[in-house]
Amino acid sequence: MHDHDPHDHDHNHDHDDDHDHDHAHAPPQKDHDAGPVGAYEVLEEAVRSLLIEKGVLTAQEIANQVDLMDSRSPALGAKVVARAWVDPAFKKRLLKDTRAELAELDIDIGTLAEFRTVENTPKVHNVIVCTLCSCYPKMLLGVPPAWYKALAYRSRTVADPRGVLAEFGVELPKGVEVRVHDSTADLRYIVLPMRPKGTQGWSEKELAKIVTRDSMIGTAVPAAPKKPVPRKSNKAA
Amino acid sequence: MSEPHRKNMPRKGAGGRASHDVGGLEFGPIDRHEHDLALWEKRTDAMLILLRDNKRRALSVDAHRRVIESYGEQEYDRTTYYQKWIRAVRNLLVEQEVLSREEIEARMAQVRARHEKAGRKAAKETIAW
Amino acid sequence: MVKARPHAGRFAPGDRVRVSSRPVVGHCRTPWYLRGKTGVVAEIHGTFRNPEQLAYHKPGLPAQVLYKVQFRQDDLWGGYAGPASDHLEADIYEHWLEPLK
Repeated sequence: MHDHDPHDHDHNHDHDDDHDHDHAHAPPQKDHDAGPVGAYEVLEEAVRSLLIEKGVLTAQEIANQVDLMDSRSPALGAKVVARAWVDPAFKKRLLKDTRAELAELDIDIGTLAEFRTVENTPKVHNVIVCTLCSCYPKMLLGVPPAWYKALAYRSRTVADPRGVLAEFGVELPKGVEVRVHDSTADLRYIVLPMRPKGTQGWSEKELAKIVTRDSMIGTAVPAAPKKPVPRKSNKAA
Repeated sequence: MSEPHRKNMPRKGAGGRASHDVGGLEFGPIDRHEHDLALWEKRTDAMLILLRDNKRRALSVDAHRRVIESYGEQEYDRTTYYQKWIRAVRNLLVEQEVLSREEIEARMAQVRARHEKAGRKAAKETIAW
Repeated sequence: MVKARPHAGRFAPGDRVRVSSRPVVGHCRTPWYLRGKTGVVAEIHGTFRNPEQLAYHKPGLPAQVLYKVQFRQDDLWGGYAGPASDHLEADIYEHWLEPLK
């Protein structure tokens, strides 16, 4: 399984059948003939072109919004987590008012929902789900992985979170509380994972590299690599 | 990615569990295979965000959810995430009288014809209203 | 989205509450698995327009107080496979909560 790669794709996939997506993606191409155009893709094109003709939306607005979503990715969330790890005052403010602190970092989360940060501690491990649909902090982390939106995760995480975490390779002792957050209203949750041992003196940039998307959902914990991270780059500037 | 079949069939109707309300049900193992969104899916997402913004308020996210929730279990389970989304956007735009059913169907026929002319088959499947 | 004055609303953090088990028609953001269950108010989020009305393009006013309610997993699921200290939290609107003495 590969991690979500937030690069833009121009080619069109037919999602009406469940064909496998394991084939390597060619570089983005227009008019990539990957088989028939699906009915839903035809519908999208029809709706979009009508809305543009009627002046409800413009093609530029749509393109800008697509670009905006593409610019949001787990790397953004990782920066915020790394900052919280090195700056206790920032962390305190982040936990108190996530929107305001993200705005301080020039991250505008839009008007759709409020954000809340929940902190993992030695006593509490948080995990996020939306059983009713798939609410997710998209304006910080980008689009959610397919499994987050799928019925199996949505249904099981509330009832058997430790079983779900085990599937993701996370085992927690009974002394640690597993706390599930079901995003049932207009609040979106991000997990602030614990800073792993063995990262003393690391820069924010180095720390951000070990913060994965799944650790901000709660289905993973960041791990410090066994070998120390080089302090100086060997590459030419 | 197809959805696994529900292992228990909830009750329907007022007072029963709705088809989208799945907390605690059994759906088998979690499929962690990931793939990028197609451009049409990203555009669907974009259109929804824009249609509900302060400039347009053509629809609300709550209404969008409400329409998706109205799909029966079979429909809900067998369609993908953005398939549900674009269908609900269509239905809401018609409900809100921004577009008409006739013009959408006419435009879809034109879109199909354009693809076929360019040498690409286009599915003729009707998407239930 | 309308923000509340702090401490507005019927319930305060620490209050034990029961989620209503009345029937639903239309859009509802109180999940089935929580209906009739007892929890504790953890936090007051503020006031928000009622999504059940917004779903039909009605104004959704008066805005409802939204609470973060914490539940013991043992109370939610028969045979829960985890320790008694595991919890679940959900964001529930005031009109779905009943007080417990």
